[in-house]
Amino acid sequence: MQIYLPIAEVSVNAFLVLGLGGLVGVLSGMFGVGGGFLLTPLLFFIGIPPAVAVATGATQIVASSFSGVLAHFRRRTVDLRMGSVLLIGGLVGAALGIILFNYLRSLGQVDLLVRLFYVVFLGIIGALMFAESLRAMRNVRKGKLAPRKKHNWVHGLPFKLRFRVSGLYISVIPPLMVGVLVGILAAIMGVGGGFIMVPAMIYLLGMPTKVVIGTSLFQIIFVTAFTTMLHATTNYTVDVVLAVLLLIGGVIGAQVGTRIGVKMKAEQLRILLALLVLVVCGKLALELLLEPAELYSISPVKLT
Amino acid sequence: MMRLVATLVSLLMPMSLSAQEEEIVLGLSQAEVSITTNFDGSEILVYGAVKRDAPPPDIGPLGVVVTVSGPSVPVLVRRKEKKFGIWLNTDAVEVDRAPSYYAVVTSGPLNRVLTRVEDLRHKISIPRAIRSVGAPMHISNATLFTEALIRIRTRSDQYQVIEGGVKLDEDTLFRAAVRLPASLTEGDYAARIFLTRAGRVVARYDTVIDVRKVGLERWLFNLSRENALLYGLMSLVIAIGAGWGASAIFNMLRR
Repeated sequence: MQIYLPIAEVSVNAFLVLGLGGLVGVLSGMFGVGGGFLLTPLLFFIGIPPAVAVATGATQIVASSFSGVLAHFRRRTVDLRMGSVLLIGGLVGAALGIILFNYLRSLGQVDLLVRLFYVVFLGIIGALMFAESLRAMRNVRKGKLAPRKKHNWVHGLPFKLRFRVSGLYISVIPPLMVGVLVGILAAIMGVGGGFIMVPAMIYLLGMPTKVVIGTSLFQIIFVTAFTTMLHATTNYTVDVVLAVLLLIGGVIGAQVGTRIGVKMKAEQLRILLALLVLVVCGKLALELLLEPAELYSISPVKLT
Repeated sequence: MMRLVATLVSLLMPMSLSAQEEEIVLGLSQAEVSITTNFDGSEILVYGAVKRDAPPPDIGPLGVVVTVSGPSVPVLVRRKEKKFGIWLNTDAVEVDRAPSYYAVVTSGPLNRVLTRVEDLRHKISIPRAIRSVGAPMHISNATLFTEALIRIRTRSDQYQVIEGGVKLDEDTLFRAAVRLPASLTEGDYAARIFLTRAGRVVARYDTVIDVRKVGLERWLFNLSRENALLYGLMSLVIAIGAGWGASAIFNMLRR
């Protein structure tokens, strides 16, 4: 069944879009990532103009994250205090990121930089997570409990706060910094930033994996809602018909994903997420390194 | 206006005095295309007849060329080049006018029904319909960029050349089907019909096909432009509502 999208001005197969939304929703529920890093390239692939894909992807992430976070609220695996601190940093970062994005656009190489950002960040994070999860799995098999790092430089900073749900007593500076960094990346890469925040919370802040996912989803809702509004009012690129199709699939997928996630071991979840991140990274890297089939591309000229 | 230009052209050209002897009478299967939610492309039938006051002139075989052109907007064509081991956009050429959609349907091979001069004058073939002036000085072969534009848009069916697509009966009746793809932009689509004798345009007819979004498509598009804040908030409410709804339904199912 073909559906014409009023803003994107293209016609797409409704079931294909529903399926894409569902797939990304499952991942979102399982790993606590918004799925934007996966959804946006997939939308490009089915012929949605990039600007519309980025903006509408953000809308879909709001829906799937909201659906996911409700499930986590019921399970009491959301650290609201930590989420709020991250959110404050995130909004500041998003504002900074938009300034940076417009500056890069004036230089005329913004898509290359976005792509490089993806490759570098996905590569580093994927590799680190993969190595760490392998080590953890090996330790579990040997019967050793994975040692939780009690003290690193993070614990020596001032302005300490108690985060009861996470069982932490740490300074607010590292979570704020993580929030700002994720906000900047969210604005430039057009994603929620969960795939960067989740590992940062686990390895940098030392939060338990189960709490990390709910808290990450909580923060992502607000950052992506902010992004959606920004795109809708400045670029007119949010396609609500596309968003509805994506989120029907997405919200159902997120519920399924959350239930799969609860049944799995933390190390298994992390190694799967690491593999997924590495696959997307590898695909994007190949696109930069291999000679493209079509050297030319067409883009609209902004009327000033 | 266009017809006036055509008349002026024929006045200036003594060779085409015969333009007055043959005229086009035209019909369209639809004068407007409505883009609805389930719009999946459309086909417009262009049909007509050649009206003559005298017996057909004996100056060469009759040809018919039908063109349909979407709104023209400037586009930027970029070229990738390998630098520092990765492929990145380097040179770019702005094409001043490129129709979003363009179809040429003819009654025979294009170079047979139309001379080069006439093609230049009426801007009929695809490379003529695109206007590109003022490529940056350092780009030596700017034509490669317009060629790439045509190649990409032909591949996605936005540009079409259908030679022999016009069926001509008894040198009087003609009909042609013009296929509009599913991914269509709004606007006034200019349809031109040329009658040629030995490659020379002897008559021309211009009309407009109105392509518009209707119903829900129209409403959403207008809202997103005229009341962007409300539109954005509506998208968010739908998103949050759907998220909450799915969560509630799944919870009920589990009980």
